[in-house]
Parts: sequence; C-alpha cells; structure tokens
Amino acid sequence: MKVVNNRAWFLVLPVFAIVAFSAILPIMTVVNYSVQDTFGNNQFFWNGVGWFQDLLDPSKELGGRFFDALWRNLLFSAIILAIEVPLGIAVALAMPREGWKVAACLVLMALPLLIPWNVVGTIWQIFARGDIGLLGWTVNRLGIDFNYTGHTLDAWITIIVMDVWHWTSLVALLCYAGLKSIPDAYYQAARIDGASRWAVFRTIQLPKMRRVLLIAVLLRFMDSFMIYTEPFVLTGGGPGNATTFVSIDLVKLALGQFDLGKAAAMSIVYNLIILVVCWIFYTVMTNADADRERVEA
Amino acid sequence: MPDFSWMAWTWQTALFFSVIGALLLVMTVLAVLFPETERVGILRIPTTRGDRLFISLLGAAFINLAWLGLMGPDPVWALGLSLAYAAAVFRYV
Repeated sequence: MKVVNNRAWFLVLPVFAIVAFSAILPIMTVVNYSVQDTFGNNQFFWNGVGWFQDLLDPSKELGGRFFDALWRNLLFSAIILAIEVPLGIAVALAMPREGWKVAACLVLMALPLLIPWNVVGTIWQIFARGDIGLLGWTVNRLGIDFNYTGHTLDAWITIIVMDVWHWTSLVALLCYAGLKSIPDAYYQAARIDGASRWAVFRTIQLPKMRRVLLIAVLLRFMDSFMIYTEPFVLTGGGPGNATTFVSIDLVKLALGQFDLGKAAAMSIVYNLIILVVCWIFYTVMTNADADRERVEA
Repeated sequence: MPDFSWMAWTWQTALFFSVIGALLLVMTVLAVLFPETERVGILRIPTTRGDRLFISLLGAAFINLAWLGLMGPDPVWALGLSLAYAAAVFRYV
C-alpha cells in the first residue's frame, strides 16, 4: 500500500482559475443551454430534460439524426481501425532495423502525420476529383464511374483512404517502437527452436506489441470518433448526409440552425462518450507506466 | 456586480454544479485529512477515492441518460440507481 500526499495540488490553483474561465464556465454554459430553448434575441425558456429525451429517442427528428451520425461515426471508426491496425503492423514489420534506411523510413512515415487536417482534406478533395484530380481522373479513365460528391460509397471510400493515408504511419511508428524494444535474445531462441516466421510473430512480436497496439487502437478510435475537419473539407458531410459524422452534425445544429439547446444536449452526450474512452486510455497508459516501473525496479 | 442575465443561468444548473463542486470540495478536504491510498478492486486497476468518485459520476451520467431514453423522465429512480451504483463502486472497485 502506497500513501499518496496530494497537497502539492494546491499549487495548481492559479491554473485552475484560468481553466475555470476558459473551460469549466463554458462547459457549465453548455449544460445550462441544454435544459433551455431559445428563439434568438437571447431569450431563453426552460425546457427541462426535453432535449435529452428527444435526443435519445430515435423516432424523433433530433434523436434520428443523432443516432444516424453516431452509427456512421462508429462504422467509420471500425473500418479505419480494421484497416490501419493490420496495415500498420505489416509496415512496422517490413521496416528496416538498422542503417541509414531507418532514418529515411522514419522521416517518410512521419510526413503525413505533420500535415494539418484541413490541408489533408484539401489534398484529397482535389486529388479525388474526376475533372482535375489525378486519382479521380485515372479511376474514371479506367471505366469506373467514381464521383465522391455524388455517390455515397465513393465518398466513404475517399474518406477512408484519406484517413488510412494520414494515420497508418502513427500505428506503424508505434508498432515499430514496440518491435525495437524486443531483445535480440528472443529471436535467437526462436531460431534455435527452428520457429517459423509466423510462430515468431504470433508468440514473440505480437505479445510484445500488445501495449503499443492498445494505445494505437485507443488513440485512433478517439481521433476518428472526433473527426471533423477532413470530412468537412472533403465532402461537407455529403452527399446528402452520407458522411455527416457526429461533430459535423453538431456544428450544423449549433452554428447552422443555431439550435443551442439541442446542440448542447447532443454535445454533452457526445462528450460523455469521449470522456469514457479518454478515461480508458488514461487508465491503460498510467497502468502501463506503473507496470514498467515494477519491471525496472 | 456586473449583469450576468445574458448568460441565462438557471437555478437548476447552479444546483447541479453546486452538488458536483461540493462533492469535489468534500473529497479534497478528506484527501488532505486522510491521504488517499490506492487499492485494486474488481476492475483490476489501482484506484483512489477520487478515481472512484470519477467513475461514479461518469456512470451516473450514463445511468440517468439510459433511464431517460428507455423509461422516461423520472429522475428519482435514475438517481436512486446512480447512488446504488456509486456505493457499489466505492465498495468494490
């Protein structure tokens, strides 16, 4: 049992004051809006839990669009995870272990991660266009009717390929770090036992990458669940509502329609989901650190 | 005193955050008087009292939302369930 003295936390009181102004009060405002309705002119009317009731009822307009966007968002996260994680592992396994190629690979891999979201969105918006984009033009010339502004499937494919292009490197770099931490003795032992490539992967590399993979999955899930800029730039949520994810819908609701009450209720539920994932992420990370300290001690 | 009426505060919001603020204050005072100790419960992760409060509050939010969505606006039952959940978290997690 370890007794923790938390008195040093009092030193963060000045920071707390700043955070209160920039984060806590705004959150309180959101909660405050979520129980009221406004018709503009800064006049508010008490609505109780009405917006939450609408939001959680899929047969209502608000609930319908929220759950649609939520399922769409979860489907998107599931698809990109199913692609990026195995692909990232494969890339990490294929990366060189020593020599100048390591640095070259690492720099190349890190490049997409350094590009801002809106630029990535713009790149793919133009790249996938049928008239002036290389990708769209080529695919169309191959005889495939590809149009991401008109066809739902094409829009999804473009967004998914864009996300895979942008973020697979992150998974690969994390896996590479995990692979690098495996002592050579493991591989020597495997060679002596005459283990196949697959056996080495299954019993040495994959278990040793477990932690970093968990971090990669959680990180990618959170990011993709909160994705806004890239689909906003690429498709604007269209065609129709086909790529309207929760954050895009939220902005439409709050700033497009100025339905502050509905948007506040939606953002609270959205926030709560993200908070749970963040908490899991934080718990996994801190326990991974604690484990390492135990091992090193 | 500046005019804050443009922020459209309601007493219900104030009550909600007062309760959470009071909880945090009580827990802080308790943490100073009786330093928190970590323990490992059914979740198999080390938690302090503060962690358990966080898990309780977060769970309570979902319990209230689920009750509202499935059963309707009857906060008494949802609150009761949340309290039972919080008690279980503080006892077993």
